[in-house]
Amino acid sequence: MTQPCLTFRDLTLGYNSHPAVHHLSGTVRRGSLTAVVGANGSGKSTLLKGIVGILEPMSGTVAKASGARIAYLPQQSELDRTFPASVLDLVSMGLWPRRGLLGRHTAQDRESVAAALQAVGLQDFEQRALDMLSGGQLQRALFARVLVQDADLILLDEPFNAIDAKTVGDLIDLIRRWHGEKRTVMVVAHDLDLVRRHFPETLLMARQPVAWGDTKATLKPENLLRARRFHEAWEEDAPWCEPEGHSHSHGHGHAQAHTHGHDDTVAASGPKAA
Amino acid sequence: MHGVYSLLVAPFVEYAFMQRALAGSLMLALGACPIGVFLMLRRMSLSGDAMSHAILPGAAAGFLFYGLEILPMTIGGLVAGLVVALGAGAISRFTVQREDASMAAFYLISLALGVLTVSIRGSSVDLMHVLFGTVLALNDEALTLIGGIAAVTLAALFVFWRALVAECLDPLFLRSVSRWGGPVHFVFLGLVVLNLVGGFQALGTLLSVGLMMLPAAAARFWTNRASFMCVLSVAIGFASCTAGLLLSYHAALPSGPAIILSAGVVYFLSILFGPRGVLRTRTVAHRHRTA
Repeated sequence: MTQPCLTFRDLTLGYNSHPAVHHLSGTVRRGSLTAVVGANGSGKSTLLKGIVGILEPMSGTVAKASGARIAYLPQQSELDRTFPASVLDLVSMGLWPRRGLLGRHTAQDRESVAAALQAVGLQDFEQRALDMLSGGQLQRALFARVLVQDADLILLDEPFNAIDAKTVGDLIDLIRRWHGEKRTVMVVAHDLDLVRRHFPETLLMARQPVAWGDTKATLKPENLLRARRFHEAWEEDAPWCEPEGHSHSHGHGHAQAHTHGHDDTVAASGPKAA
Repeated sequence: MHGVYSLLVAPFVEYAFMQRALAGSLMLALGACPIGVFLMLRRMSLSGDAMSHAILPGAAAGFLFYGLEILPMTIGGLVAGLVVALGAGAISRFTVQREDASMAAFYLISLALGVLTVSIRGSSVDLMHVLFGTVLALNDEALTLIGGIAAVTLAALFVFWRALVAECLDPLFLRSVSRWGGPVHFVFLGLVVLNLVGGFQALGTLLSVGLMMLPAAAARFWTNRASFMCVLSVAIGFASCTAGLLLSYHAALPSGPAIILSAGVVYFLSILFGPRGVLRTRTVAHRHRTA
């Protein structure tokens, strides 16, 4: 149960030499359900991109459990809704990890797609064109695709944005089902009440992790206050972050808040976290 | 009955040049039309146009050294087209510039080089040959080339179909599950160049884009399934080639423009009468269902 699904070692991710995720170390337990929270620009989406491998780390590493299949639902989907495709086509894309470019879709595959559509309540929408779907229906279809992907690690980036309460409830049920199936799930979310109710663990980000662990402890007022002081904008002339062996100072799980031992260097790229 | 026969069938039965023209243009449509569908769906409809200009300097270089010979002009066009396609594609993938801008830059440079090259040697009559094609004078070499291009195109579409659709529909998803996203884009650009080069022999660089894009644009008004759209575009392409050649035969018109104008007629009819065209959407608009 305590096997790591993901291990971050001094991971720094960013754009144009400005870090968006700064020196993150720790592990995500296999079968855990983690909410990733923080202000806009605090590095939540960037972290997921780094895990998927769409963004190369500037330094450090992300180690995935060998053979772990990832399903990723991005915040800003590049989905082209004008493309002539049906809901069935979209959800069937989830078969890619199993069938790849040329593998035939078997009767069993088609059943799994139908079951996924059933699970998200879109069983009568198979032939509906994508541009005829409401926002909530599209999100349900994308969740169905994640279902079909049958992944060990599921990454959802703000899946509840602009979604009505009923749909959010249904999607939460799916996430809890995945959790029950011992899949590892990480969800970027903004609604802290929702996080407190449904997510056992939370990672609070403000470019670097402010706190990480049990949700109730992580979302303590003092942690939230520290995260709120986070300065979103990076500064063009922030000094270079020099390595100083900080990777040794916190190689011990994630059950505690990671206060980094390099406030002097970080302070320049944002206000002091402490 | 006899009148219909002499109008529609006799020209192809009696004249070998008409048979060759028909065979060449049909094979061209077979490959180019589905490619046009994907160009349209990727919002790259004008990229085909740009790319056709881009192959000009290569074809012109072949023409400069070997005269109006198909093989050197084809190879030259292929090289120039691939350089522009891959260059523009790479710049859009690896820099902040989008593909429309990099494509525009590349093709303009290329076009200028082409015009310059043709002006060094050829007269304007020769340039007209390069630009407007010689579908009525297709030799065996040209037919073989066009047939080969159609075969390669259909095979590639068959193999890469799932990746092509995924790359259009949801590129980020494809990147998250597979490494095919980048390669399939370049495979596709390669196919575009290949078909344009095949087309320029039959229809010329300017009009080969027409056979690629017009049937695709027309097919969009009839269906909402990508696979059926490809099949339909080929059918429209076939009909346009046949009608265009007959028109050019009976009215003594140049064959390339006649084919493209035939496709243009189908396009306008599709806008009007297709299930997704204006008449249907207008008449349905003022009625609505209860849910």
